[in-house]
Amino acid sequence: MNIVVCVKQVPDTATERKLRSDDKTLDRDAVDGVINELDEYAVEEALRLKEAHGGEVTVLTMGPAKAADTIRKALAMGADKAVHLVDDALAGSDALSTSYALAQALGRVGFDVVVLGSESTDARTGVLAAMLAERLGVPQLSQARKVEVNGSAVTIERVTDYGYDRVEASLPAVVSVVEKINEPRYPSFKGIMAAKKKPVETLGAADLEADAGQLGLAGAWSEVVDFAVAPPRAAGTVVKDEGDGGAKAAEFLASKKFI
Amino acid sequence: MLSDEHLELRKTVSAFAREEVAPVIGDFYERGEFPYEIVRKMGAMGLFGLPIPEEHGGMGGDYFALCLALEELARVDSSVAITVEAAVSLGAMPILRFGTAEQKAEWLPRLASGEMLGAFGLTEPGGGTDVPGGMRTTAVLDGDEWVINGSKAFITNAGTDITGVVSVAALTDGLISTILVPTGTPGFSASKKYSKVGWSASDTRELSFNDCRVPRANLLGEFGRGYAQFLQTLDEGRVAIAALSVGLAQGCVDECVTYVRERHAFGHPIGHYQAIQFKVSDMEARAHTARLAYYHAAERMLAGLPFKKEAAIAKLVASNAAMDNARDGTQIFGGYGFMNEFPVGRFYRDAKILEIGEGTSEVQRMLIARELGLTA
Ligand SMILES: Cc1cc2nc3c(=O)[nH]c(=O)nc-3n(C[C@H](O)[C@H](O)[C@H](O)COP(=O)(O)OP(=O)(O)OC[C@H]3O[C@@H](n4cnc5c(N)ncnc54)[C@H](O)[C@@H]3O)c2cc1C
Repeated sequence: MNIVVCVKQVPDTATERKLRSDDKTLDRDAVDGVINELDEYAVEEALRLKEAHGGEVTVLTMGPAKAADTIRKALAMGADKAVHLVDDALAGSDALSTSYALAQALGRVGFDVVVLGSESTDARTGVLAAMLAERLGVPQLSQARKVEVNGSAVTIERVTDYGYDRVEASLPAVVSVVEKINEPRYPSFKGIMAAKKKPVETLGAADLEADAGQLGLAGAWSEVVDFAVAPPRAAGTVVKDEGDGGAKAAEFLASKKFI
Repeated sequence: MLSDEHLELRKTVSAFAREEVAPVIGDFYERGEFPYEIVRKMGAMGLFGLPIPEEHGGMGGDYFALCLALEELARVDSSVAITVEAAVSLGAMPILRFGTAEQKAEWLPRLASGEMLGAFGLTEPGGGTDVPGGMRTTAVLDGDEWVINGSKAFITNAGTDITGVVSVAALTDGLISTILVPTGTPGFSASKKYSKVGWSASDTRELSFNDCRVPRANLLGEFGRGYAQFLQTLDEGRVAIAALSVGLAQGCVDECVTYVRERHAFGHPIGHYQAIQFKVSDMEARAHTARLAYYHAAERMLAGLPFKKEAAIAKLVASNAAMDNARDGTQIFGGYGFMNEFPVGRFYRDAKILEIGEGTSEVQRMLIARELGLTA
C-alpha cells in the first residue's frame, strides 16, 4: 500500500508566537519549529497501516527549509521517504492554497491513502483534509479514532459528540485522525541514524505544474486585515455561598445572557 | 560537538523523560515499586540496546549515546536511569566484551531489547571497595558444572520479574572468575528488596548461592581474569555514572530556575535576590563543568585512548556536583524541598549514592593518585 502522511512544522506551543507586521503572517523564523502534535499520531497510524498491510510510507511536508527537521523526525519514527515542498512562492499560503499545492504534489507522488492530523496547532482551521479530498476527487474520512483497511475498502470510527460513527469508503481516500487513535512511538536511535540516509525529494513551485496564481499568499482567499494582542483577562466575579449561592450564580449568568 | 544523531537522541530521551516518566515516577518512588511499564517503553525506544551492535539486536550506537540518554533520564529521575545504567553497562556490556559467540547469541538480543534485565554481582557483604580481600563467594568445578556458594550485597536489577542473568564474580582456585548465572537456577535466590534512602523505584537485593550449579560453559571471559574484567567494566561504568550524576545536577537547576521565579518573599520572587541567583549560578556551573568532564572521558574512551584517570575525575566531580546541587536545590525550595512530592526532595535522597556506587569518591581519588604516580 502506498501511504502518504502529511506533516506540518508548527511553532512550539510552549513558546510565544507572533505575527509579522509586514504581511501579517506567522513569523516562523522567530520560533522553534516542532512537528504538529496531531501529525505524530498520523505518522504512527501510517506506520501501523504499513506494518499490517505492507507498502511504503512517504512523508509530505510543505514548509520552509527548516521544516527539514520535522521531516527527519517522521523518518526517524520509521517512514521510508519524504517529499519536501519548499519555495518562497509558497510562503503565506492559507488553507486553500496549501491544499492546492499539496494536492498537486500528491498527484505527482501517487497514493492509496493519505493520512493527516485533524488540525494543526497554529492555524487550527481543520479544513485541510476536506479540501484535499475534494481537490483529489477521493472520499474523505475525518476525525478517525480507528482506521482499518480491508482490501480496497477503508473503515474508520469517526468521533462525534454522541460517540462514534462507522464510516466506510473505497481507496484511494484521505483520512484525518484525532489523538485518541494511538500512542505515537518515540524514535529509536537506530531510527534516528537511519533517517539521515533516507531519501528526501525537494520540490519547488515549478515542479508542481501548478497555476502560480493559486499558490502562496497570491493564491490565498483569506487575508489577515489586522491583528492585536489579546486583552488581559478581566478579574472574575466570585460568588460566595451564604445560602443563596445558587440564586446568585443564576443571576450572574442571566446578566451575561447565558440563561 | 555532538553529532546531529546524538543531539536528536538527547531531544527524544528528554521528551520521553518529561512526558512519560515525570508524571508518574513520584508514586512509584513513594511505594518503592519497580516501574515495569516505563521499562517496557524504554525498551521499545531501544535505550537498553544503545551501545550494542545491530547484529546482537542493539541500536548500533556507542557508549556516548548511552551516557547522553542516562543524563536526560536522570534529569527527571535517577531510579529509572540507574535501572538502564546497571542493565546496560554492568549487565550487557561484559557479555558483549568478554562473551563467547554462543553467550552473546543467547543473552544479548533480549538484554538489548529491554525484555530482559541483566545484573552484575561483584560486591559482597564483607567488601565492595576491597573486592579481592572481601570475596568469600566460591565456584568449584564438579565435572562439567560450576558449583557456586556465597552471597552478594547491594545488587541492582537483581530480583525484578524480568531479570534474566547475573554475572557473578567468584573465587576459582584462589583467582577471581566471572560466571553467568541465569535466574531460576536452583540454589540461586534473591532476598527481598532493601529499604533504601534513595533510588527507591530501582531494584536492589542481596543474592545468595547455595550449591548453585551452572554449566562449565557459563564461564564469562578467561578463567582467573574476572577481576581485570570487572575493573574494565567499572572504568566505563564510571563515565555512565558521571553522566547520570550530571543529569541529577542539571535537574536541580531546571527545578530551581522555575521555582525562584514563582516563589515570593518580601515582595519579590526569590530569584530577585542575588543570594539566590548566585546559588543557582553555582549550580549551573557545576553541572556544566561536570558534563565537560564526562564528555572528555567518553571521547577518549571512544577514540581508544587511555581514559582511566579521566573517568575517575568525571565520576568524582560529577557525583560531587550532584550532591552539592541537590543540597542547594533543596535549600532554595525551603520546606517544600523536604517534601517527597517535589522532585528536588527526591534528588536530595538520590544524590548520596552517586558518591558511593561503582567506586566511592575515595576510590576515585586513589585511582587519580595512582595515575599521577603516587603510591603508598
Ligand atoms: C543502591 C546500590 C546499588 C548497588 N549496585 C551494585 C551492583 O549492581 N553490583 C555490585 O557489585 N555492587 C553494587 N553496589 C555496591 C557498591 O558498589 C558498593 O557499596 C561500593 O563499592 C562501596 O563498597 P562497600 O559498601 O563495601 O564499602 P566499603 O568498601 O566497606 O567502604 C567503606 C568506606 O571506606 C572507604 N575506604 C575503603 N577503602 C579505603 C582506603 N583504602 N582508603 C580510604 N578509604 C577507604 C570507602 O571509600 C568508604 O567510604 C551498590 C550499592 C548500592 C548502595
